[in-house]
Amino acid sequence: MIAFWLLALALIATGVFTITARKPVYSVVGLLGNFVALAIMYLTLQAEFLAVIQIVVYSGAILILFLFVIALLSSGVKPFDVGPDRLPKILVPAAIIGAIALVTIVYSVVRAPSVAQPSIAAGSVGALGETGQADVFGSVANFGIALFTANLLPFEVTALLLMVAVIGVVLLAGDDEPARRRPKGRASDREPIVKPQEPLVR
Amino acid sequence: MSPSAFDVPMESYIALSAVIFFLGVIGVIVRRNPLIMLMSIELMFNAANLALITFAKAWVNATGHIFAFLVITVAASEAAIGLAIVVIVFRRSKNVDVDEIATLHG
Repeated sequence: MIAFWLLALALIATGVFTITARKPVYSVVGLLGNFVALAIMYLTLQAEFLAVIQIVVYSGAILILFLFVIALLSSGVKPFDVGPDRLPKILVPAAIIGAIALVTIVYSVVRAPSVAQPSIAAGSVGALGETGQADVFGSVANFGIALFTANLLPFEVTALLLMVAVIGVVLLAGDDEPARRRPKGRASDREPIVKPQEPLVR
Repeated sequence: MSPSAFDVPMESYIALSAVIFFLGVIGVIVRRNPLIMLMSIELMFNAANLALITFAKAWVNATGHIFAFLVITVAASEAAIGLAIVVIVFRRSKNVDVDEIATLHG
């Protein structure tokens, strides 16, 4: 009950921050908070697999794609022009976060219960139960059974969709004039990818 | 399925989904930065997913989960294609305002 309202507050606050932020990078951070809160909410709705996918695909892949585009478009400067060594500034926070992640992973591996094999028939999704229980609605095994039996064709069409997307991206953003864009020489002699008159991030 | 399976009324989840969806709509309409517009579209995808997963639990039916999974796939494709378009548009016009990109306006 309290969890729902806290998560709802977090979702709305991060959503508002996303659409009102001055710079796209701040929007990405707001969206990251939104996705994490949404993943926790999926867990409260017994969608375990989708909660993990939310983190891995959205926060891990899509937001990083946004960050790469922002970095490529707005810079026009080489990374080494920014400063000789910018690592010390973020060394301590990065080490702390890495240590927390390591402790969490080791703890969860050590404490993981042995998972029972699903015994339900194909097409059935089991009864409602607690998140984390095996053989109930929403557990990863039941999601997999539903995905690979009754819904196999949509899953396979997904592969086609992703391939079309990859081909489209390569056609759109790939080098159209490779000869001009790849002068012979060292990488540091090359032109930056874009030199915007006016910075994208303003 | 009785609504007692939810800690809070199911309508709360749907209302929250609607709120997030319209935050995304407002973002697309108001903001003129193409990157923030794309992120607002992601917000709308997520609102739709929240509704799908809520209804999946209400009906104890995994089809909602499958559909949300497919929506995530579509969202990933959309982000990749949209960002590729943003990249080539910036390469050619160096513009940050989508209102000024009116070459196809006719």
